[in-house]
Amino acid sequence: MFNSHSIEVRKLTKKFGSFTAVNEISFDTEKGEIFGFLGANGAGKSTAIKMLCGLWTPTSGEAKVAGFDIYKENEKIKRRIGYMSQKFSLYQDLTARENIRFYAGIYGMPDTKIKEKTEVLLDRLKLSEFADVQINSLPLGWKQKLAFSVAVFHEPEIVFLDEPTGGVDPVTRRDFWEMIYDTAKLGTTIFVTTHYMDESEYCDRISIMVDGRIEALGSPIELKERYDSKTMDEVFVKLARPAAIK
Amino acid sequence: MQHINLEVDKGEIFGLIGPDGAGKTTLIRILTTLLLPDSGTAQVMGMDVIKDYRPLRRLFGYMPGRFSLYEDLTVEENLELFASIFGTTIQENYYLIEDIYKQIEPFKTRRAGKLSGGMKQKLALSCAMIHKPDVIFLDEPTTGVDPVSRREFWYMLRKLKEHGITIFVSTPYMDEASQCDRIALIQAGKILSIDTPQGIVNQFEGDLYAVITNKKHQLVKDLRNYKNAKSVFLFGNYIHYSDKTIFLDKQGLTDYLKNLNHGEIEIRKVEPTIEDCFLALMGNLTGEVTHV
Repeated sequence: MFNSHSIEVRKLTKKFGSFTAVNEISFDTEKGEIFGFLGANGAGKSTAIKMLCGLWTPTSGEAKVAGFDIYKENEKIKRRIGYMSQKFSLYQDLTARENIRFYAGIYGMPDTKIKEKTEVLLDRLKLSEFADVQINSLPLGWKQKLAFSVAVFHEPEIVFLDEPTGGVDPVTRRDFWEMIYDTAKLGTTIFVTTHYMDESEYCDRISIMVDGRIEALGSPIELKERYDSKTMDEVFVKLARPAAIK
Repeated sequence: MQHINLEVDKGEIFGLIGPDGAGKTTLIRILTTLLLPDSGTAQVMGMDVIKDYRPLRRLFGYMPGRFSLYEDLTVEENLELFASIFGTTIQENYYLIEDIYKQIEPFKTRRAGKLSGGMKQKLALSCAMIHKPDVIFLDEPTTGVDPVSRREFWYMLRKLKEHGITIFVSTPYMDEASQCDRIALIQAGKILSIDTPQGIVNQFEGDLYAVITNKKHQLVKDLRNYKNAKSVFLFGNYIHYSDKTIFLDKQGLTDYLKNLNHGEIEIRKVEPTIEDCFLALMGNLTGEVTHV
């Protein structure tokens, strides 16, 4: 394994019959990097993420996640990554404390460590008072912050965030990104998708997928220069428009 | 939802803008006669949403947040069904939906459940429009939709407006405010402000600055600790900063940041966006609520 690359992808491809969902994509992510994975709906982002998480077998190509091969060592990958999305994150009928214990237990953390870290986390999220109420009664923003904390609780090398802030209020959305910054600083790679183009500016680097391919990859500043745009929104529209018209 | 007062003019695009849980869907469900309010009254097209719910239901179109067409009927069958329920035909009002429907017409024999997200959305809008309603309610039509498809959807809405249809649309995306004639910002069941998008921006109190240095991640924390900081928010490539004083001491702030080892310091005044206004109004909400 190359020491600093948390993810390495070479010509990764996934076909469904005659349809190529992911078409020979290649990129690396660094340790502690915030990597924005953008693209229009249907561009192939979810398919790519499912392969990187070890859930789907690629049709061809190579990829290593946390140093492990996605074909042969996908069970090892699952232990070293965290995952959250807007759709699936926590068990609504469990409490915050129960959710933390459940997920940490799945990742094999020892009970004593879980107990100790749980209190620290609840305190940091200012959730101590609500730690024993069912999640479904909490506001969405709190749930999403908790879900993120749970996804990184076992100190994964990489965390995959699939539209983590969809519908979240503007203040909580920003709190959320500060949590992302803090987590990245500790060395976790953040692999994130979003439809909020202002959030793409918070990433260190961004890739933009169009029709299964990575059309552009670079820092927000580089991409705006390359596509002669003032905002990432403009870059996105310039790149994704051909696919959308079709 | 508490004490909501609003009026929508005939033929305008009215945007209800706020995050999940703000009360957008509840309000739309009350206005579309699907939910009873605990108190207060509402009229749509001059009809009471409780007493006149039967005749009223024939007059508006409604596109719910969740895809709610018949997945095992084809595209065309869904549209025919909606037309026949309202006692009309596809031909009669085809001119209204033509721009939208012709994009999915090549797939008219495909089952609705097999359509892509964007195509489902176009079909749902066509079905909501086929009886030529005077008002159409759209509950978060662009949520989870990528920026390009969102633009296209707003383009379709503006075309509908040209036919004189009143459009009442909710969205969690603040940047869509500029597409509306007037907007209501809603948070935690309360209306924060109602005005034109420019009017809302004009209400922003004080000056707003975009700040950036070579240590962006650290900058948020350092600005927040600055003695005169009023608000500090991440905003795309910049941090948006407002100051407690009327005239910002730019040199003082620059020196403060230099002392904390920031370089390439850039501070410039910017026009607030709707999201800046929302953030400021949310701040007011946690204190005392000001009614417009």
